[in-house]
Amino acid sequence: MKPLQDILVVDFSQFLSGPSASLRMADLGAQVIKIEKPGTGDICRHLYVSDVNIDGASTIFHAINRNKYSYVADLKDADDAARVWQLIRRADVLLHNFRPGVMERLGFGYEAVKAKHPSIIYAELSGYGNEGDWSQLPGQDLLLQSVSGLTWLSNDRDQGPTPMGVAVVDILAGTHIAQGILAALYARGEHGTGAFVQVSMFESILDYQFEVLTSYFNDGRQLPTRGRANSAHAYIAAPYGIYQTKDDYIAIAMTPIDRLGERLGSAALAQYSDPGTWFSHRDEIKRILSAHLLTESAAHWLGILESEGVWCAPVYDYDRLVQTEGYKVLDMELRVTTGDGVSVTTTRCPIRIDGELMLSDRGAPRLGEHNAEINRTFGIDGHPSANIQSDHHS
Amino acid sequence: MNLPLKGLLVLEFSQYLSGPSAGLRLADMGARVIKVERPGTGEAGRRLAIKNLWHGDDSLLFHTINRNKESITADMKDPEDLALLHRLIARCDVLIHNFRPDVMGRHGLDYPSVARMNPRIVYAEISGYGPKGPWKDKPGQDLLLQSMSGLTFTTGERTGPPVPFGISIGDILSGAQLTQGILALLIRRQKTGRGGQVEVSILESLLDFQFELLTTYFQTRQQPERSALANGQPLLSAPYGIYRTQDGYLALAMMDIHVLAETIGCRALKIFDPRQAFAKRDEIKRVLAAFLAGARTEYWLERLRSAGLWAMPVLDWNEMTGLDAYRSLEMEQHLITEQGQIVTTRCPIRFDGHRIFSSRPAPRLGEQDEKIRAEAAQDIA
Repeated sequence: MKPLQDILVVDFSQFLSGPSASLRMADLGAQVIKIEKPGTGDICRHLYVSDVNIDGASTIFHAINRNKYSYVADLKDADDAARVWQLIRRADVLLHNFRPGVMERLGFGYEAVKAKHPSIIYAELSGYGNEGDWSQLPGQDLLLQSVSGLTWLSNDRDQGPTPMGVAVVDILAGTHIAQGILAALYARGEHGTGAFVQVSMFESILDYQFEVLTSYFNDGRQLPTRGRANSAHAYIAAPYGIYQTKDDYIAIAMTPIDRLGERLGSAALAQYSDPGTWFSHRDEIKRILSAHLLTESAAHWLGILESEGVWCAPVYDYDRLVQTEGYKVLDMELRVTTGDGVSVTTTRCPIRIDGELMLSDRGAPRLGEHNAEINRTFGIDGHPSANIQSDHHS
Repeated sequence: MNLPLKGLLVLEFSQYLSGPSAGLRLADMGARVIKVERPGTGEAGRRLAIKNLWHGDDSLLFHTINRNKESITADMKDPEDLALLHRLIARCDVLIHNFRPDVMGRHGLDYPSVARMNPRIVYAEISGYGPKGPWKDKPGQDLLLQSMSGLTFTTGERTGPPVPFGISIGDILSGAQLTQGILALLIRRQKTGRGGQVEVSILESLLDFQFELLTTYFQTRQQPERSALANGQPLLSAPYGIYRTQDGYLALAMMDIHVLAETIGCRALKIFDPRQAFAKRDEIKRVLAAFLAGARTEYWLERLRSAGLWAMPVLDWNEMTGLDAYRSLEMEQHLITEQGQIVTTRCPIRFDGHRIFSSRPAPRLGEQDEKIRAEAAQDIA
């Protein structure tokens, strides 16, 4: 039994933040119904990336929305809204990521939903929360990275602010709202109470920086200073970083510099016996180290370092990674098939339960693919309910 | 406020960041989290500082990750201590560990043994590279996992070297996934009465994190390339990225390049077909970068925002913490310690409109030794 079997999630969210949370709940066994606008649906359907699409929809839409159902409804239309209400009455969780005020205007705000369905878990994901003067601004990943100080943490000092190249704010906010929803579902199981769960992308990206922000708050508010070269963390001493060798790149984590120098045959590095200098002189140390590492191949250096127990690794791109045995043995690739018979290879849920992978071969839905099925299953529109008592009809 | 996980007892056999970040989130949501630490030295994270910042005997980093928890010391090789652990395991709800696979087993605390002691327990573990394969015994270190998972080729510019994320990401994501798995099993336990096992690895968490890029890669088997300048995300078209202005930096999200050209008055952009905003992203970005350098950030922002285009300034923490948008969040909280105070961030999740604050600091090593031993003794009596 998948752990969230029998949990119904009615998901109004679009793009990545909310949908990544409902994807994980679907992976863990919940039924997720996307409520989509007629005609266009989730905007992400048409967010084509890198000029690649699958059967008319963007590759990322397929990745984010596999294993979900699609129900088209115009929330401004009274009949459609009434149908959606019937779904909400059956739902355990309602999730949305509209800007503050939008769900209230549509009549689906927390107070309205709670009045009809007090035990629901109502989850709301925003960009900047509901209070501040940015509350109406769009919650967009790169923009949140940019205003939160995050871009001053990666890359070398002379490279300018550098965003992280994956939608880290969306994904983290998605994990946070999923955690809040699951915790609230647990509490409902104990006490029968519903809950209102809120996460903003701004709070999520601040939480992500909790280690370095706590340093900043307590060291006289000094801004981070990235290293001049091979910088992998503004707050960590040399050699922590990625280095070019004669052929490929290698990564080296924390290790004492003097002993590293001895192992690599660099007398210049072996002189740094005072651990305090590994941070204070990290630019100088990294300059010496990077010049030294250029003289031999990645395999040569990794061979020496690994045999000495130094924490190091090769640096792979996808082409190299997918060839490795360590990748293959994970069975991370998942093949799903859409209702139209299109096969898509994507990644699976990273969580194992009782030693089992959480797999499903159900692809992302076509817009409105499940309206008829859902009407039938939930007894909507005069359809006799297939498996649920229809005592909630309005 | 009634926190959702109130009443749950969590034993944390974990060090550094991945496991302890999961314990922290459970603690913030109301669980009682007890760190089980080695006598004498305690968790290795107590001695791991960044920027050489310390508070009392422990690193500030340790305080950041382990606030709102309790600590007992137990030597797993000592029969009396092991018996105490068995008593705690018998009545706890969740056990978290991030040790190498064989460490818990050596002390008879592997999942099958623990499940026999307490069939309701949720047993949660984080590894570096997963439960099998050639890398299963490698240490799970964040930078190394970023390097092996392909992530370093998403950030920075194509002409430069691979660039890692400047703070731990594999640790944080694996902790977050573990938390989700734990909570899902606690929900299942309400129906079945039985616990279960949840396993997460840092590598699988980092692959999951890159699912958009990897799904696109699997379609074409073409390594997604970073743009040559202003790289925001390898899959996205121009102008997505950060640009220097006369007095700072400006971030531009997705937008139509002709609408952008009109809005900022950049005629040179108009020669590009919007349908080529991905294929020609480097050329477009080069034109844009030269143009945006000619005026101040605020000047551009006014124009972009009035046209409804998605743009923001690039801020550092000094600038950010002065904003109303930041202050209204009330994201900072104060921990009261024996030595004074620590300012840190709070849990990012709100319940029923309430923020969650807790002023309780990280425990001294073995701070709750007596209290917890007395509780365990009472259970037997």
